[in-house]
Amino acid sequence: MIRALLSGNEAVALGAYHAGVRVAAAYPGTPSTEILEELSKNPGVYCEWSPNEKVALEVGIGSCLGGARTLVAMKHVGLNVAADPWMTLPYIGVNAGLVLAVADDPGMHSSQNEQDSRFYARMAGVPILEPSDSAETYEMVKAALELSERHDTPVMLRLETRVSHSRSVVRYRDEREEVDLPYGKDAVKRVMVPGHARLRHPVLLRRLEGLAREAEGSPYNRVEMRSTRVGLVTSGVCYQYAREAFPEASVLKLGFVYPFAERLLHDFASHFHRLYVVEELEPFLEEGLKAMGLDVVGKARVPRDGELDPDLVGESLGELIEMDTGVKGGGWSPPQAGERLSPASELPLRPPVMCPGCPHRGLFYVLARLKLVVSSDIGCYTLSVLPPLSGIDCQVCMGASVGMALGLEKAFAASEANLDKKGKVVGVLGDSTFIHGGIGGLIDMVYNRTPCTIIILDNRTTAMTGFQDHPGTGKTLMGETTHALDLEELCRAVGVESVRVVDPWDLAATEEAVREEVAADRTSVIISRRACTLQVREERPAFRVEEEECTGCKRCLRLGCPALVMRGDKAWVDESLCAGCSLCAQLCGPGALREVRADG
Amino acid sequence: MADVVLAGVGGQGNVLSARILAEVAMQAGFDVKTSEVHGMAQRGGSVVCMVRWGDEVHSPLIPRGRADFLVAFELLEGVRYLGYLRPGGTAVVNDYRLDPLPVLRGDARYPENTLEVMRSRAGECVVLDAREVAARAGSPRALGSCLLGVLSRFLAFPAEAWDDALRRLVPSRAVEANLRAFALGRKEGM
Repeated sequence: MIRALLSGNEAVALGAYHAGVRVAAAYPGTPSTEILEELSKNPGVYCEWSPNEKVALEVGIGSCLGGARTLVAMKHVGLNVAADPWMTLPYIGVNAGLVLAVADDPGMHSSQNEQDSRFYARMAGVPILEPSDSAETYEMVKAALELSERHDTPVMLRLETRVSHSRSVVRYRDEREEVDLPYGKDAVKRVMVPGHARLRHPVLLRRLEGLAREAEGSPYNRVEMRSTRVGLVTSGVCYQYAREAFPEASVLKLGFVYPFAERLLHDFASHFHRLYVVEELEPFLEEGLKAMGLDVVGKARVPRDGELDPDLVGESLGELIEMDTGVKGGGWSPPQAGERLSPASELPLRPPVMCPGCPHRGLFYVLARLKLVVSSDIGCYTLSVLPPLSGIDCQVCMGASVGMALGLEKAFAASEANLDKKGKVVGVLGDSTFIHGGIGGLIDMVYNRTPCTIIILDNRTTAMTGFQDHPGTGKTLMGETTHALDLEELCRAVGVESVRVVDPWDLAATEEAVREEVAADRTSVIISRRACTLQVREERPAFRVEEEECTGCKRCLRLGCPALVMRGDKAWVDESLCAGCSLCAQLCGPGALREVRADG
Repeated sequence: MADVVLAGVGGQGNVLSARILAEVAMQAGFDVKTSEVHGMAQRGGSVVCMVRWGDEVHSPLIPRGRADFLVAFELLEGVRYLGYLRPGGTAVVNDYRLDPLPVLRGDARYPENTLEVMRSRAGECVVLDAREVAARAGSPRALGSCLLGVLSRFLAFPAEAWDDALRRLVPSRAVEANLRAFALGRKEGM
């Protein structure tokens, strides 16, 4: 047996490889991204970055019907995009197994919301397996594929940030299973015209009954009897927090989370006065248990927003459990007075910032200067919301910037109250985001004759998630060279008359382009093109402030560059951080910012 | 068994240092868990990693006031996560101040007494300029390995285990500088 320290995401990849997965598709999204990156390092697995999660799942449906075990991975909000195929896939079923690994992000470390993916499984009628560490994750991938084939259903493997991005010990044999199932045509089962779908819905409902019977005896639903007074029900990483906070409590740990193992839950409940549910985000288990008529406490005490940790679990339930059972603190020992401390709340925050040399900075400086209404999108550039750039007005989800810009423009066009905003709307989004979900909005804009400018921040990569390729980069996840989608041609093809390219490190040219296009009465696209500084890492001379010439006007500080600070009443460049983009020098009136020459 | 908090700023390399430490603990036969931060927070934001080992580890997150060690890659970040350190625990501190954006803008003040605050809670507090030591070893970017070297003085893992983990996990072009930075940190009174 090999023993290795794997992240949850690495464990998904290894489990999939060993279980014979031959096709995998994903769109990158924290905290799920590394699953496909890791899986693609193995031989014999076709792995792709799809343009978006909907396409990824559709690729997955095709490949599982075609007889290949299949993994599809995405973050929680990705499942919103993939929800359409997700809801009908359970009607048609699979052939070889299909597992959807979906990673929720409680606490929103790197997300725009903290929705709970378990409801998508319940809504679609799909079973959920939920691991609590990497070893379980590794095992559950194979178990999920087998469950998928046994019941002819997709399976959700539900992950969370603290499972995906925690490392723990996994033991495994380096052996790969071979699965290659024959394809056979079965149109009544797989062509969802109403007449067929009416036949398939009852099949799905009966399947759920069979799955519930299997959940009763699943090795992943485990009763750990300890205290006869305190009983907890929990799943996923919350199991680990519960064990840490209440080491003496009895626990029903659910790994086969849905459909519910009702008999098992009733049996466990019969030992206790009431049960305490420890789960993150929504009261998914809690509502299920209540519907079974069980006396449970959950979200009345345990926070419904943010992520949990052992302290929060102990603090939120300890007192109530003591009142109910007489067990002191419920078994939780809070930190002693001396152990508390930490004036963390009074400390200055350290929010993430756009990197020195980030190509987005120049563009957002121009947008702020022109006082435009900026409809923005999901990516590093969202960080321009912070002062001093304060560059964006609204942002919702992948690709939404374009449709929202259209809507703003139409609202302003017919408004007295916002007359001055008319013709001042721009939409901004990244290259990967544009391909993911922006192109539909642009087609709408041309079709419905909207005088608006869309700016594509083309940094030649998917930067925020760590530099993944996409259809515009000319390279695949498997390292092959391929056709690079030509954004200019694409925009012209949908009917955009004016498509121009600017270098955002050239402030004057960028400002001129934005001014002209915003003033013009037509749909236009500006491609602000420069490769991500972090990815390319070109060696450029840093800049330095000539102290005698600096007037201390702080104009350069409006860029919000982390390499530029005031020292006394003069600006100062931290040369170890400076990427040499020259934006500050372009802004400096007296010309005090100069390149550092090699001769010093 | 021990619990270690590694606090720093995105880009300083504490995620890699946490991985190296965790690997060494696993090779010593322990159960190990870590938690890391990826994605948006890494862009110059506050980044904390946790590493725990023992016979059986449950939560990847350390309860407050229970960590045995705090490794501060930056002063403010050390103070930010100081509440995790148990009173009397050990702090290894890089004497380095990096102003966050609200301070640069003048909207907030960088606390002046960071070392004092950390010393008042820690039983032992080793303070060094890890960037300077790492620069002497060949690369200021190897500062994490220098801090691990200091931490290693308090842990019973053999030198070969550290050497092995560094060689396997550090990108090959930076291995030598990191090995030297680790060795300098491990040597008392360097």
